[in-house]
Amino acid sequence: MASVTTAMAAPSDEAPRDEKQQVRLNEVVPRRHPGRWVAAALLAIVVMQIAHGVIVNPNFHWNVFWQYLFAPTVIAGVGWTLALTVIAMLVAIVCAGILVLMRDSDNPILRTVSWLWIWFFRGTPLYTQLLFWGLFAILFPRLSISVPFGPEILGVPTDWVVTAGVAAILGLGLCESAYLAEIFRAGFKAIDRGQTEAAQAIGMSRGRIWWRILLPQALRTIIPPTGNETIGMLKGTALVLAVPFTLDLMFATSAIANRIYLPVPMLMVAAFWYLVVTSVMMVGQFYLERHFGKGQDYVRTRHT
Amino acid sequence: MSGHAIPDRTPAVALEGVHKFFGNFHALRGIDLTIARGEVCVAIGPSGSGKSTLLRCINQIEEISAGRVRIGGTLQGYVERNGRLHELSPREIDRQRRLTGMVFQRFNLFPHMTALGNVIEGPVHVKRMPKAKARSLGRDLLARVGLADLADRYPNQLSGGQQQRVAIARALAMEPEVMLFDEPTSALDPELVGEVLDVIKDLVASGMTMMLVTHEIGFAREVGDHLVFMDHGTIVEEGRPKEMLEAPKSTRTQAFLSKVL
Repeated sequence: MASVTTAMAAPSDEAPRDEKQQVRLNEVVPRRHPGRWVAAALLAIVVMQIAHGVIVNPNFHWNVFWQYLFAPTVIAGVGWTLALTVIAMLVAIVCAGILVLMRDSDNPILRTVSWLWIWFFRGTPLYTQLLFWGLFAILFPRLSISVPFGPEILGVPTDWVVTAGVAAILGLGLCESAYLAEIFRAGFKAIDRGQTEAAQAIGMSRGRIWWRILLPQALRTIIPPTGNETIGMLKGTALVLAVPFTLDLMFATSAIANRIYLPVPMLMVAAFWYLVVTSVMMVGQFYLERHFGKGQDYVRTRHT
Repeated sequence: MSGHAIPDRTPAVALEGVHKFFGNFHALRGIDLTIARGEVCVAIGPSGSGKSTLLRCINQIEEISAGRVRIGGTLQGYVERNGRLHELSPREIDRQRRLTGMVFQRFNLFPHMTALGNVIEGPVHVKRMPKAKARSLGRDLLARVGLADLADRYPNQLSGGQQQRVAIARALAMEPEVMLFDEPTSALDPELVGEVLDVIKDLVASGMTMMLVTHEIGFAREVGDHLVFMDHGTIVEEGRPKEMLEAPKSTRTQAFLSKVL
């Protein structure tokens, strides 16, 4: 088999450096932007006013803020809030993945179940769902495997399994799975059909096409809204007092606030830690996006 | 085309009475077509005439509504038992699809993989070839289509012509019996058409069986052994390219050729 000798050489898209020096580049006087300076000055005045009003304001009790910022129950609260967020999000991601596969399957029963799941968990408030999971052990005192309407084969008391933490995770995770499933579905829908066809043409199975071809491309569009949802989840954990779960950041800070009768500094403590965690998550999201944007997002600039 | 051994005489591709409906739209209206081993079959015709649908039915991207498609004598998509067709499992259909390599009008390269990654995807993840072996095969194939230096580029860093050549290498990596080309140069800038046609010519010289849907009439005349003119889902006329292009028998063929030549 003769090899093809195309006349085309590899395109040299980088001009040699000295070539740029041979050309007398235009010297351009940049346009002035007086409007920006005025806006900056006005904004600076407003910011300083607010900062002054907050920092020297005795009602904010900054000494209390500093006193409790690293209090053991607060730090433990940050840990629990993070744990709830991460675990509930993992539950949601796994459920959403399964829901999307069910939704796209040929099996009409699986499709219907997926639809009903999303309909129910998206259609009822998170707070209500958390209350329900908190009451689960009362509604169903024993979890057991039994012959329907017949004798029990294996059973345990529900509160051994569905503790407050588990109830909180289930409540947050299952509710979130419904939203994530829609985000995932949008991510897969956005991929050109030609991708599946090309993969079929080389004989790839459906599962392999999903895993190797579609998922990596879908992740690129899925990650930004999922990052959004994760941050939403972080703050959604403040609702777990409905279960009631009493170790998270919001509960820990309000417990202190109730004890010392100073809600504002403790709110500032909570806000500070939520902001810290959100910022760390945003950094993580940046790297994830960069990884899955490979080959598609324009990252490198070749000429300069 | 020698016909010494018995298996050689079975055509590479044989279609009998193939129909395809999209809803109520009758896209293919009873296609009979035989492509011998080593033959280059070129399909021309106005857009919407069913040429692409025909290709897509051959490698089972579309399911046919009636008729039979055979590749190397094997019925595609079904088994026939007691006069009834039984659907094959997806696994078996995936296996059958490996007999054909498909090149698309819009390349359809996997954007998240490099050129080499695209080429070795099939060998590694379908044929389970060891990665090192696949990479050397992939580099050979990229060299064959003149892209040895660009193995590590992503598709969006390649020109259209280069992308289409990667797509050809990707299809060849599965060592198909038949190559199907669906308007491989229609999405290319005019100056890039030549490099893709050169690669296809090289494949023709290597004796590959292929079916090519194209608007490049000159190329059809040059490489084709068998020319098919399609219109409204039927094969209006077929024959040897030179004779057919110089003296088309059907008035519809004449009308089409007068517009494109």
